[in-house]
Amino acid sequence: MKKPALERPVLLDVQDITRLYGPAKGCEAIDFQLHAGEVLGIVGESGSGKSTLLRVLAGLEAPDAGRVVYRRHAGEDVLDRDEAELDLYAIGEAQRRALLRLEWGLVHQNPRDGLRMGVSAGANIGERLMAQGQRHYGQLRETGQAWMRQVELDAGRIDDAPRTFSGGMQQRLQIARTLVTRPRLVFMDEPTGGLDVSVQARLLDMLRTLVRSLGLSVVLVTHDLAVARLLAHRLMVMRRGQVVETGLTDQILDDPQHEYTQLLVSSVLTP
Amino acid sequence: MHSMTNARPRLTVSGLHKQFLLHGQGGLEIDVMRDLSLTLHAGECLVLAGRSGIGKSTLLKMLHGDYCIDQGRIRLHFDDGTLDLETLPAYAWHGLRRDVIGYVSQFLRVVPRVAAVDVVMEPLLARGADEQDARQRAETLLARLNLPERLWQLPPGTFSGGEQQRVNIARGFIGEHPLLLLDEPTASLDATNRDVVIALIGEAKARGAAMLGIFHDEDVRDRVADRLLPLDDSLGARASFTRDVQETLS
Repeated sequence: MKKPALERPVLLDVQDITRLYGPAKGCEAIDFQLHAGEVLGIVGESGSGKSTLLRVLAGLEAPDAGRVVYRRHAGEDVLDRDEAELDLYAIGEAQRRALLRLEWGLVHQNPRDGLRMGVSAGANIGERLMAQGQRHYGQLRETGQAWMRQVELDAGRIDDAPRTFSGGMQQRLQIARTLVTRPRLVFMDEPTGGLDVSVQARLLDMLRTLVRSLGLSVVLVTHDLAVARLLAHRLMVMRRGQVVETGLTDQILDDPQHEYTQLLVSSVLTP
Repeated sequence: MHSMTNARPRLTVSGLHKQFLLHGQGGLEIDVMRDLSLTLHAGECLVLAGRSGIGKSTLLKMLHGDYCIDQGRIRLHFDDGTLDLETLPAYAWHGLRRDVIGYVSQFLRVVPRVAAVDVVMEPLLARGADEQDARQRAETLLARLNLPERLWQLPPGTFSGGEQQRVNIARGFIGEHPLLLLDEPTASLDATNRDVVIALIGEAKARGAAMLGIFHDEDVRDRVADRLLPLDDSLGARASFTRDVQETLS
């Protein structure tokens, strides 16, 4: 039997990122690498700095110090003219916005932050495709309906505005809108956060399937360790702006090493 | 049947230690394993024996990456080289678990809303297998394990302990991993289904899988074990592991 190929290219190289609003408010000296095909969970309590870190990683907020480097790789559908390495905050605003629109995706906790509530579901899904240059109305509509079915929404409601949808439906629509362009890297901020438990379960199952079938690489922020167990391959535990422990998800949850992680894991109620 | 005298083991464990340090309990240190060593060959099933709490499951969890390897070495041997698990970066475990190390845990981790058959086929889908083929293989295994067909499309959350365990076994065996860790897979099964599991283990041996297992049922143990590895209160399972099972049991 041959040795398995376990090396995976680094997609995101995060180097010494600091973004502080005050002492221990924000995130400090964060270093990690995300490998292609990995789902990395960032866990911690509110105020741990995990959401600030996500905003910096996702290109929404420049860090005080440090670099976020995105590495494109040969073998993937990267055009020759594309640079192999992009330093997120060294490139221009226009290039960064193009990257966020074309190759990355962001799923907000509150679907209202990620959707345009006044325009139809179909237009919401089609918007990123149009930004990529697709103009054919019939095709956009067909893709929109296909994606609505994929996220278990009634495709017959393609002309309805998201404000007429329930919270769980809005979240699924936001996911469809984000994934329709097949982003290589997706950021998710508490994607199941504001939802009822029954709706959460359905969404979790859907996300697992999409991550696997699309081969997504994901950075997921959540305070919910059960969600982290189900979705993340690897975890990073944050406290007061710093990373206290990282490791395989099962190891972090079954054999936590750091005092704070032990406290966090042992404080979870299991029904 | 693969020869057990096959010179190259598939797995070697040497000088393994495990200690839990509980910060919340005033820094309580619990030693659960000291200086454990073993070798495991392709096509062989090594059964861990010893009272409960002696560290049998702990060893399996260390081999699966669930527990940190504090001290000692765990090495997997391949035709073209060796892999050291104690220094393996976390991201490399994903592929290792998908393709090399399979694990049948004692209890099924239930995912809400996911049907039994989907739970079983997931390890194949993770490798990019065709969905129809994967489903067919999952159904074949569930049928072999006598799980009533009406349950296949239901999430296993409401199943009985024995039914959940059979789903878990099917999920563990479907991937035909070259190294399989079995944590009491027959604990809540009736005699008929125990026989099915024993047959599955026999087939895994025949295709060259190396297995490390925990079985409390002595009858099952006698039927699947090629060797026993006794763990005792000295916390060190020492040099005597290569004893033949007959010898150990007599």
